[in-house]
Amino acid sequence: MNEQFNISASPHIRAKDSTGSIMMWVIIALLPTTLFGIWNFRDQNAWILVVVTVAAAVLTEFIYEKLMHKKVTISDFSAAVTGLLLALNLPPSAPWWMGVLGSVFAILVVKQLFGGLGQNFMNPALAARCFLLISFTGRMTSFTYDGITGATPLATMRADGSIANVDTMNMFIGQIPGTIGETSTIAIMIGAIILLLKGIIDLRIPGTYLVTFVIFITIFGGHGFDWQFITAHLCGGGIMLGAWFMATDYVTSPITKKGQIIYGILLGVLTGLFRLFGGSAEGVSYAIIISNILVPLIEKVTLPKPFGKGGEK
Amino acid sequence: MGLLTFKGGIHPNDGKSLAKDKAIVEILPKGDLVYPLSQHIGAPASPIVKVGDQVLKGQKIAEAGGFVSAPVYSSVSGKVKAIAPNFTPTGGKVNSIVIENDGEYTEAEKLATKPLEELTKEEILNLIADAGIVGMGGAGFPTRVKLSPKEPDKIDYVIANCAECEPYITADYRRMMENPEELVSGMKVILRLFDNAKGVFAVEDNKPDCIAKLEELTKGEPRMEVAKLMTKYPQGGERQLIYAVTKRAINSSMLPADVGCVVDNVETIINIHHAVINGRPSIERVVTVSGDGVNEPGNFKVPFGISQRELVEAAGGLKEETQKIISGGPMMGFAMFTLDVPVTKTSSSILCLTKDEVAMYEPGACINCGRCIEACPSRLIPSRLADYAERHDEKAFEKEFGVECMECGSCSYVCPARRQLKQAIGSMRKIALANRKKK
Repeated sequence: MNEQFNISASPHIRAKDSTGSIMMWVIIALLPTTLFGIWNFRDQNAWILVVVTVAAAVLTEFIYEKLMHKKVTISDFSAAVTGLLLALNLPPSAPWWMGVLGSVFAILVVKQLFGGLGQNFMNPALAARCFLLISFTGRMTSFTYDGITGATPLATMRADGSIANVDTMNMFIGQIPGTIGETSTIAIMIGAIILLLKGIIDLRIPGTYLVTFVIFITIFGGHGFDWQFITAHLCGGGIMLGAWFMATDYVTSPITKKGQIIYGILLGVLTGLFRLFGGSAEGVSYAIIISNILVPLIEKVTLPKPFGKGGEK
Repeated sequence: MGLLTFKGGIHPNDGKSLAKDKAIVEILPKGDLVYPLSQHIGAPASPIVKVGDQVLKGQKIAEAGGFVSAPVYSSVSGKVKAIAPNFTPTGGKVNSIVIENDGEYTEAEKLATKPLEELTKEEILNLIADAGIVGMGGAGFPTRVKLSPKEPDKIDYVIANCAECEPYITADYRRMMENPEELVSGMKVILRLFDNAKGVFAVEDNKPDCIAKLEELTKGEPRMEVAKLMTKYPQGGERQLIYAVTKRAINSSMLPADVGCVVDNVETIINIHHAVINGRPSIERVVTVSGDGVNEPGNFKVPFGISQRELVEAAGGLKEETQKIISGGPMMGFAMFTLDVPVTKTSSSILCLTKDEVAMYEPGACINCGRCIEACPSRLIPSRLADYAERHDEKAFEKEFGVECMECGSCSYVCPARRQLKQAIGSMRKIALANRKKK
């Protein structure tokens, strides 16, 4: 018989989850809000923007890796996740070429030029969104819903200084103007529950983020502990999509457990600051990318103590 | 009371159902027997026989090469054929005594022993040393040294490691099912050495039948108890086991005795029983042969020195498609390139797999998911330590406590990018430890 046996260092068995399967689950978890967004903004053909943006992200990764003679890694789905997240962060009225430009920026500049998967110091989708926001402020902040171009509920609240003109139920379901993937809290929550149940994310980052944010706006929001006000803030803007799908991005969040708590608190404070006192009604994207930059520092001060070295048992 | 455990760890598919219910079968060797002179940690044993000498079963053929060392006994009667380097399961060549089996099993005189009550502590320790007993769970540390801490009175726990947390292996399980009296008797011997200690049989809760058996047997023993552990890998790691039972934590530079503990595994304790009560040196053990690559998985009682090929043939032989053969368990065992190696004092299992999961996947980039941190029982950051190792950054490796790694392999197991984390950390750790010694 053939007596050629394989040799390798232990361990000789492996768990089932792979990078590809994790990314696949993130895509599956994003489907409810994606499909809702496509339906919600069907009058503006949001589906075209989603498809073009995802395709551009995957294609950019493919072409760059081919040209650089690197191993093509599109089968790990990470480029697809980036493209999808970017699409969900675009207004449905954005032209297709903005999706393409954003995807190329995300994959080429933010991800590949820094060394590819695992090496980017900022969430590529959010960095691209901020890039587009700065470059095309008008187009990126014009939201049309049901044929009417108007302010998002968050902007309305900020302009009025009250919650009189917003309907929190509509905000919860998602029938409001906004970016393609951020409007429906319920659809995002379904995805978040999928990720929590699959063990892909845990509550450490999103939990501390949202709790800190609620505490912050309760203290500084000028409404005290007003349940309506808090709900409107949680269901409005990008905080739900950001907290569950972008702040939890493995690559750009701290790897240490204590660091994740600090990171969540930082996100909550920054988002509250930007929303209440900043120049625009929104603040999630900037809060996340600023916190991304602080991750190495956070990790440095939260290095865990090894077992038996006087740390927690 | 909840189950005792530690933080971290993994839950691999345990594969134990393959051999769990197969009673221990005794095998007599047909071919030559090979006894490596270094089957333990410490100085190699030195041969006291010459080529051509006639030896008996249970006759000492090599004596301890120092205090931290262990003698070697012949497990058959026959003629010394050669004293030459031979391959061992870990892949290296070690000077070994080869004995041609005459098939008679003529026994040598037993070790001089007395009833337990009449033995002094010194006599017990000497018997254990003389019998050549070493830690048979895999480390091979001479048991006599382990049982001689500086202050024996400060030892308050003697823990029998009955966790058997490595997947597939069922040798200790069968021992507990079939020879629990010998295990309890061996514990009694160890407790004689430590007046202030209680004996704890620490068993994972996936072996309720063993727990019941041991509880029954220790009913009338005020100094013994059974502890139920959560089933989790590496529950049987010494540091994890001590923590689970006593809530005392030790690090890489401490010994169990520093926190009042002595830990021995099932097979070792049974060998202690045979040496001290029956005067029989350490010449045999139970080995599990399992995995989907072997035709009839089972548990076998075999003399040391028997060829692993003979043992696998006794288990129905290998299947055609077998890709990988492992000495030990799938988490910490050694992949072997040949079956022509002997069963040694530390061979707990031969695992034959038709699928090499390591070869199936190519390592990718770290995505910082933190699963390795979650799994690491030593609470390190394996992904980062592996980066340092790959860059050979010894300073950073030391600073982030790389030497605290115990190479359990949990990080490599969970890594979704399939990085060879343990391999990288393990090799850097060896270098760092060697450089520490130089200083």
